[in-house]
Amino acid sequence: MSAPLASPRARQSPGRESSASQRMTYREALRLALREEMARDERVFLMGEEVGLFEGAYKVSAGLLAEFGPERVRDTPISEEGFLGAGVGAAMLGQRPVVEIMTLNFLLVAMDQVVNHAAKVRAMFGGKVGCPLVIRSPGGAGNQLTAQHSQSFEGWLAGTPGLKVLAPANPADAKGLLKAAIRDEDPVLVLENLPIYKEKGDVPLDPEHVTPIGRAAIAREGTDITLVAHSFATVRSLEVAERLAERHGVSAEVVDLRSLRPLDVQTVAESVVKTSRAVCVEEGWPSYGVTAELAARIQSACFDDLDAPVERVGMAEVPLPYAKSLELAAMPGVERIEAAVLHTLGIS
Amino acid sequence: MSVVARSAHAPAGASPERPVAETPPVAETLASAEALAGHLASYEQMWLIRLFEEEAERQYKAARIGGYCHLSSGQEACTVAAVGAMREHDVLITGYRCHGFALARGVPPGEVMAELFGRSDGCARGRGGSMHLLDVERGFLGGWGIVGGQLPVATGAALGLVRRGRTAAVLCEMGDGAVNIGAFHESLNLAALWQLPIVYLIVNNEYGMGTSVQRASAEPELYRRAAAFRMHGERVDGDDIDAVSEAADRLLSRARTDRVPAVLEAVTYRYRGHSVADAGLAYRSREEIDARRREDPIERLGRRLIEMGAEEAELQQARARAQEAVVEAVVFAEQSPEPALDGLAHGVYAKGSDVQFERMRPGSPFGEQELVFGGGLGR
Ligand SMILES: Cc1ncc(C[n+]2csc(CCOP(=O)(O)OP(=O)(O)O)c2C)c(N)n1
Repeated sequence: MSAPLASPRARQSPGRESSASQRMTYREALRLALREEMARDERVFLMGEEVGLFEGAYKVSAGLLAEFGPERVRDTPISEEGFLGAGVGAAMLGQRPVVEIMTLNFLLVAMDQVVNHAAKVRAMFGGKVGCPLVIRSPGGAGNQLTAQHSQSFEGWLAGTPGLKVLAPANPADAKGLLKAAIRDEDPVLVLENLPIYKEKGDVPLDPEHVTPIGRAAIAREGTDITLVAHSFATVRSLEVAERLAERHGVSAEVVDLRSLRPLDVQTVAESVVKTSRAVCVEEGWPSYGVTAELAARIQSACFDDLDAPVERVGMAEVPLPYAKSLELAAMPGVERIEAAVLHTLGIS
Repeated sequence: MSVVARSAHAPAGASPERPVAETPPVAETLASAEALAGHLASYEQMWLIRLFEEEAERQYKAARIGGYCHLSSGQEACTVAAVGAMREHDVLITGYRCHGFALARGVPPGEVMAELFGRSDGCARGRGGSMHLLDVERGFLGGWGIVGGQLPVATGAALGLVRRGRTAAVLCEMGDGAVNIGAFHESLNLAALWQLPIVYLIVNNEYGMGTSVQRASAEPELYRRAAAFRMHGERVDGDDIDAVSEAADRLLSRARTDRVPAVLEAVTYRYRGHSVADAGLAYRSREEIDARRREDPIERLGRRLIEMGAEEAELQQARARAQEAVVEAVVFAEQSPEPALDGLAHGVYAKGSDVQFERMRPGSPFGEQELVFGGGLGR
């Protein structure tokens, strides 16, 4: 590689794993991942709107400006296409930019840089240069933020060759997957989620706790039906699984995808082979979405094992309305997921 | 509703500090009476906006308003004066900080409050909320939520006016933060290239969320950016109602009759945080806010009115009428019904589209039908 790419290397990470963990929020877990990676590798830097002085629109980057200074925690103007694209260029020069897009909705403004630039770099230039860029952004709905601010289009992005798309559903994975993204050689979107930022969980303190990309997790074991979800839909699915056990004696298994591209079809298929039934859940619009992809993969991998058609639950196919009652009606809430499960099981 | 629909604010030529050559004394008296009435109407509108915003904050804190709620307290002068310079057939397009613009354009306060409450009599039928007010009849084509997203739309509205042969112009509001998004540059270039009747109003309230203009813009004198497109740009004191009126009237007139686009930067200050959820103190000092509040644009106009000969009582009455309008707005909003749940999917497509979607139904996996057609409320 030519001179500019030979920028300072990452420091060697300590060899031993420690087993200590601490209870913290999803937001704090992301912050911990950023701090650890910035301390480990000086090529890592953060940029985005309000990430510095304001400490992040959702306070993920609180304290980082004070710790790492304005060179590495860069406030940007409202120029998503510009600074995300700047991330692409800096990554091509061997830097490890982490670009925060305040919410997923504003990524649309920069979509050309994501899909037609970042995702294309490695293949289009014959594998001679990569783009180790991380884009972090929260998606989701449920706070009456209305049509332009309540979207989950990770499905579009997960359908783009050249990109990797991760979607942690709990604090431990938030830390582990963000670290995996930062250490990865390719452009990775880490999809965060507004309602989960405040969720708490045990997070390994080991700086080498990295969640592998392309590996789903069995978030809850069960035998009667498989619920497949990611991000906030996993949280809801877990809630539904508990209700099903209590009210109907149904044992539901929940597969948390964690990674949308690459997708761990194997774990999903193994679970469905075991339970013979699947309900796929997402926060986004299901037509042409993540659940559409899952349904296709499941019917192909598990055709002989299925006892019922694969069901899917997602956002009502409308731009999200403001009124609370309408918004609630549109969301893939626990009642709708539960109803889909019962229907798939033939319980009325 | 007692509040005037639109400011009858006197046009530049009649304003007292602009000498009009050889005006006979009678006409002069009439002109100043008219100017006084216009200023009083503006004063009432400014109070309407201020009191409406204060009420919106209370209602938000009482959880009757949700989502994002961006208040415009402190920005009333430029709002009222710029909208006051619009004519009936002009078109208004704004960003999401739009309560004041809607009220200034004459949208009934009750319809605005009902929208914030998410009720069916809201100006967007409870679908849009605080950021997406509109009133098609009054030529207000919306508050838009993506920073700078309204600029190409507004530019196209100006093109629409031209194609329809209208002698009218577009007033397109944006914040200081919006000048750094690509759409700003693309829109201004189009407007200049195609000679579109549009005035881009930059409401420079000194901050875009927690980022000051100095920290966001390499050329902090934002109006200068117009020069890159050989477009006229100018900056006015946005808290001086006469200055904004004069400039907005002149620029909109030129846009209407000569199809000359322009940038008008109004420098003002946002008293409250970015939205109700932001205390607004992490990036600026209490002293700064207090100092700016001492220059309050409403009080400033009040003093000016007294100088012009208004009675203190008239000022108090204007404020009382505004207060009454806000109280009535809340009552109207409270009484308006919630939108019907079975109408969830209404308005996503134009009438008649059902036929086109019909054949998505039969083969759909269970549940998809409801999702696509918006029933989706149980089985
Ligand atoms: C493209 C885009 N990026 C980010 C945001 C989030 N956001 C909403 S308002 C805002 C600040 C805008 O400031 P300014 O244009 O000065 O308007 P003001 O809020 O002061 O009225 C930001 C960053 C957005 N809505 N759209």
